[in-house]
Amino acid sequence: MRRQLSTAITHDDMKGKQSEDHCILQHSNRICVITLAETHTVLQNGRAIKNITYQISNGCSRLNNKVSGKSKRGGQFLTDFAPLCRITCTDDTEYTIYSCIRGRLLEVNENILETPSLLLEKPSTEGYIAIILPKFEESKSITENLLTREDFERVVSERSVTQSQPS
Amino acid sequence: MLPLKEKDTPIVRKLLTAGCCARCILRFCCVSVPASYRQSQKDTLEELQTFLRDTGNNQDSAGPESTDKDNKSHDAAESEASEDPPNKKAKLELSVTDAAAGPCVCVLCLGILQDLCDVSQAVRIADAVKKGNYEFDTLVLSVSLPAQLCVRERSCWLHVKNEFREKSTVLSRDDVIQVKEAFKWIMQGLIAKELGGIAVVAKSAFEVSVEFTHPETDSNCHFLASTCPDCFKPTKNKQVAFTRMAVVKALDKISDAKFLKHFSCPPSRPSTSCTSRDVQCLHVSVFVAGRYNKFCRSLPQTPWVIDGERKMESSVEELIAAPVLSGFRASGFNFSSSGREDVDVRTLGNGRPFAMELVNPHRSHLSGEEMKQLQQTINESSDKIKVRDLQIVSREAMSRMKEGEEDKTKSYTALVWTQKPIQKDDIAFIDNIKDLTLDQKTPLRVLHRRALAVRQRVIHSMTTRFLDPHHFYLGLKTQAGTYIKEFVHGDFGRTKPNMCELLKTDTDILELDVESVDVDWPPAIPE
Repeated sequence: MRRQLSTAITHDDMKGKQSEDHCILQHSNRICVITLAETHTVLQNGRAIKNITYQISNGCSRLNNKVSGKSKRGGQFLTDFAPLCRITCTDDTEYTIYSCIRGRLLEVNENILETPSLLLEKPSTEGYIAIILPKFEESKSITENLLTREDFERVVSERSVTQSQPS
Repeated sequence: MLPLKEKDTPIVRKLLTAGCCARCILRFCCVSVPASYRQSQKDTLEELQTFLRDTGNNQDSAGPESTDKDNKSHDAAESEASEDPPNKKAKLELSVTDAAAGPCVCVLCLGILQDLCDVSQAVRIADAVKKGNYEFDTLVLSVSLPAQLCVRERSCWLHVKNEFREKSTVLSRDDVIQVKEAFKWIMQGLIAKELGGIAVVAKSAFEVSVEFTHPETDSNCHFLASTCPDCFKPTKNKQVAFTRMAVVKALDKISDAKFLKHFSCPPSRPSTSCTSRDVQCLHVSVFVAGRYNKFCRSLPQTPWVIDGERKMESSVEELIAAPVLSGFRASGFNFSSSGREDVDVRTLGNGRPFAMELVNPHRSHLSGEEMKQLQQTINESSDKIKVRDLQIVSREAMSRMKEGEEDKTKSYTALVWTQKPIQKDDIAFIDNIKDLTLDQKTPLRVLHRRALAVRQRVIHSMTTRFLDPHHFYLGLKTQAGTYIKEFVHGDFGRTKPNMCELLKTDTDILELDVESVDVDWPPAIPE
């Protein structure tokens, strides 16, 4: 299974917020799975999750997303900064998880609503956030602005360096 | 002797004047004796003229209008030496002279029942058949005529009907012999003769098609598009198509009065004859079935092409089709099977049932011995696949094969990897699980081309065989349509329950084999 999930690309510091890194797993058939990168702040320092909600505004819940047919009609079309869900931790910190790519929302992970610990324990498999189908023409270009695994690791290591610099 | 009656006289006269050929006149007189049409055109015309002379003497002049017309228009024509009333005769002679002097193309059949149904045409058709080198016992002749023939037919019908409404002729439109039928009466025997006595029948597995076109009068149909627009809806990619079916439908709808407003009665005289296009030969499809094994983990079932580029060499269907196509000398094939396996999955055991439709086979009867030989050829051509029970089946049998896709069970063996180390005892409980129901969301790997849905599938039973602390073999017997790979690795938790949950560890599937496809079709052929 893993061989078909090729590039794990990352969007670091989503919306300028340090270390709110998202990881996108793209299958060879262009389908993308949005997950938290293991460096995401939520996953650090032993945080526990109080609440996850897909109700991102008064009028919009990602849970209402209904697709039908082969062409996945009806799926909400997302842009890069479209919010997917909001996570509240027991220490009252709040995090918004974003789409990171343009495409049609196919499904959001309802398992993490029932079992939030999945998100903490298996962020890159069973704790995934959402599945998005990019447009056929855009399937290769959507990942252009994102970091490859190597680039991302470099960014992360530079972060640690900066953080350990005496202020 | 033509089977004509006195009541036919006015019809014969009117149609002859209008420019119809002898055979079309016979058609309108409802002559249903095939032999009458097989006479030469010249003889038929002469007999018609004799008929008119004989009956003309018994009749008064046709009517005031026609006599006037006769007087005005026959100036140029010199009547031949004859004792008959000059008016009518002269007009008839006019038509005859035209026919003799130069090609006078029939306004009804546009030449199809004139020079296009003679021995040379039969020779032409027979040559095309011989060239095709088909194996056949009988043939059926099919003829395609330009749609405007229907329009012209209607016009002549009205021409004839109008004048004799009062004279209760027993004629009804359905009694008029169709051009197609007359053509076949003439041609079938001629073609049979050229092919050394082959029976030309009404229904056969081998079809010889002749098509006539007449661009000069294609516009005859166009008025129907404005009078009956709903018969001629233009489809997405094409312009309005004046197909025969659409034209017939429109003519059924249009009233006589409206028709006469838009189309001349009698129809205009064409200057050219129809052209006949290349003769097409088609043999009905032959269906070949069997079961195939796949021993290779890098062979797709169908050709794998992306953007015109071949991604993987060959395919199951191509390896099977190549020798079969040449054995039956077919031009193409349609391959289908009772389910499919992935590129990296082997098919073992008795194999998977498949059936191929062979399109336009030039050979259709192969003996049991020849089929065995063909099977051997396939098996020797590659070690990636093997075929058994190869046989010719009927078209209906195809549905038996597709049955297997939905209802029947399948058995598999998977090589499973576990992240945490395991012992034999850790997996023993799996053997006791019976009829485990799974909820499988559409796997990510096919989600781009299939609808998002949840499918319930049953795993009837499983067996395990320990290999080492991180590997074991898993045997499964499942309902058709179960995604095995997703059951093993969980597909992001979208298949539940799954092996990861059962063993409480990350698992993945390294290899998969199909052990059996439990469909008892096609019938086994003993080796």
